[in-house]
Amino acid sequence: MKKLTILVLSAAVAAGSPAAAELVFPSLSYRTGPFAAGGIPFADGYSDYMALLNVRDGGIGGVMTSVPECETAYNTERGVECYESTRGLGALVYQPLSTGITYQLIPRTTVDGIPLHTMGYGRTSAANGDVFSHTFNYPANYWDAASIIVNQLLEENDGSLEGQTIALLYHNSAYGREPIRTLETLAEMHDFEFLQLAVDHPGQEQGNQWLQIRRERPDYVVMWGWGVMNQVAIQEAINIRYPMENFIGNWWSGADHDVESAGADAAGYRSLNMNRLGDMPVFAEIQELVIDAGLNAGDGSNLGNVLYTRGMYAAFLAAEAAALAQEMSGVADIDASMMRDAMEALEITNEIMEAAGMPGIGPEFAVTCEDHGGTGMAIMQQWDGEAWVTLTDFIAPDDSVTQPLIDEDSAQYAAENGITSQCSDS
Amino acid sequence: MFYREAGDFKTSYSADSATFPILFDRYRYYLVLIVGAGIIPFVLNDYWANSILIPFLIYAIAAMGLNILTGYCGQVSLGTGGFMAVGAYTSYKLMTAFPGLDMISVTLLSGLMTAMVGLAFGLPSLRIKGFYLAVATLAAQFFLVWLFNKVGWFYNYSASGQISAPTRDFFYFTNIAVTGPSAESWAKYLFCFMFVFVLAWVARNLTRGSMGRQWMAIRDMDIAAEIIGVNPLKAKLTAFAVSSFYVGISGALLFTVYLGAVEVGEAYGITKSFLVLFMIIIGGLGSIFGSFAGAAFMVILPVFLRNFLTGTMNWDSALATHFEFVIVGGLIMFFLIVEPHGLARLWALVKDKLRLWPFPH
Repeated sequence: MKKLTILVLSAAVAAGSPAAAELVFPSLSYRTGPFAAGGIPFADGYSDYMALLNVRDGGIGGVMTSVPECETAYNTERGVECYESTRGLGALVYQPLSTGITYQLIPRTTVDGIPLHTMGYGRTSAANGDVFSHTFNYPANYWDAASIIVNQLLEENDGSLEGQTIALLYHNSAYGREPIRTLETLAEMHDFEFLQLAVDHPGQEQGNQWLQIRRERPDYVVMWGWGVMNQVAIQEAINIRYPMENFIGNWWSGADHDVESAGADAAGYRSLNMNRLGDMPVFAEIQELVIDAGLNAGDGSNLGNVLYTRGMYAAFLAAEAAALAQEMSGVADIDASMMRDAMEALEITNEIMEAAGMPGIGPEFAVTCEDHGGTGMAIMQQWDGEAWVTLTDFIAPDDSVTQPLIDEDSAQYAAENGITSQCSDS
Repeated sequence: MFYREAGDFKTSYSADSATFPILFDRYRYYLVLIVGAGIIPFVLNDYWANSILIPFLIYAIAAMGLNILTGYCGQVSLGTGGFMAVGAYTSYKLMTAFPGLDMISVTLLSGLMTAMVGLAFGLPSLRIKGFYLAVATLAAQFFLVWLFNKVGWFYNYSASGQISAPTRDFFYFTNIAVTGPSAESWAKYLFCFMFVFVLAWVARNLTRGSMGRQWMAIRDMDIAAEIIGVNPLKAKLTAFAVSSFYVGISGALLFTVYLGAVEVGEAYGITKSFLVLFMIIIGGLGSIFGSFAGAAFMVILPVFLRNFLTGTMNWDSALATHFEFVIVGGLIMFFLIVEPHGLARLWALVKDKLRLWPFPH
């Protein structure tokens, strides 16, 4: 019986073999499970932008792109399976959109020589390219986000947070725990009280945490949430009449679907965003060439919303790196190692963003061998009850706080895994 | 035709009480061993190893462990995920504290540590039974996960609370890595295969020996068992210890060999306890073969369905995932209606029919 299963299985695996000469950008998406609300628009944006490149420009440098999707359901075991099953297709870069899966993939991709791009998530210290040769997290990471929020609050409080209390409401996983170290350092630096409130996976049960918030009345609540946790938190905040403008999410807690269900009651809620809001010329192109032509990955309803834009931005960064790799190597059908070298030399300027039809979608940044993290800038946006409104321009984090933490954490990783500096010899 | 005793004469008691008394069955067992240890490692690719065979072997160990406790001794446990986490975190602490230690020792020590923890959580089983015990073990599940999340020492105070397995060798003086990213698939596979082989052999012989009979006596009727001289304290606690040993080894392998990086709430949550429980219910309670069949059903079938639906049928990946739930759920219901005693019973029925085949009686 076991042997029969194996026979049948191998037939099924063989049938799914790929076509040649394509630039493969696997999408480890999650359209099911408690985080599907965030996973769907991101995956749609990623896939639709690649489809747009195929239709409009005939791919990248004349080679068509392909985006094989593999469903992970935000589950690390399925993430590993997806990685193994798509790796053989000639994958150029992985973007798993899950911090848990990122931790699994960092050592694997390094050995397999495939770059891993974790845009605003994953392991923060991977910004140190000297240690993490194949992991990139430009344009920003969690510690930047924590620092940006505190910087913004400092500005609002005339430069002093002394005696104030900031609570961190976080998803009790690697993702949610990432900013704790930075916030602890910042709390010491700026003399504010730091309160940690963990919410267990998936995040529907938050009664206790909000009871504590109601009791202790922290001046600000900062949220590291994702998926269903965000909606619940916002509803709970409304229930206890917490002042919404003092409730601030990171860039994974500020999507349209997070606040839409609460609607006008959630007005005032703020969050970070690493992309600019509003209409861009590229959306019209996607609507016309991809969605109207029926080439879209999802149902087309997410076009232009926060996470769709971010997925599209991720695809844009990958496509720019692939184009640069073609230019650097002189080969159209690039492989993963060329892609890695190009990602390390990537420079995104306003001209490039404008040429792609998305002017000012993100900050300008340049990647180097040592710095895989970009500038770390993000904007702050506010929900006015009907739509997200841009509050600030791109805010810079305090690198003097995050850089020593990055160095410390990456040095520990290097020591544990016997990694020597990759930048000094080149 | 097949599975016939005719002509298969036994000349000693030990031959008569062999695990596979029928010659055909014995050859089939040898064939599985030869294919498993001698052929598969040479033809294995990364996808097959990492997505199908290694998880299957690891879950088979967990299923055997739970089957000893629930299937043979009748103590329902929902703490499997927590005990697996004990194995994983013991491995992590051992691997980081003693970098020279080989993986066989690490894994065995993790099993022993889990056995001790299991023993402690098994104590309530002397006072409470059935559903109440299930709730007590459920508490163990939540407590252990909470503990590994809360106490920084367990994850060496890393920023994210993740643990990741460094590269370690198979055994002393060998230079074959079985953990870490540079480990070869065949080495990882053989490492797991070896553990599965030894543990299955031990489990099979334990369960048909005096200890197994005591367990089964307790399962069938504990008061009667006590009257005929079975010590319930000893029987229940040994079942908890042996079961936890198996579960701990499986949790350790899941972390060190298969996943490489783990976060306790996600990898060893309550869903893992249910997964292993479903494996033994579908495979067959009180059967070693059932543990394998159940693990195969729950691990291989979803992967097969996913490949078939998205690869061959070209379905949308989200739709395929939803249908996977429907189909796997439907099959579970089908099997439990057709054969409430699990796949192992189904397999035994097939064997009986094959013995008579082609005659109906």
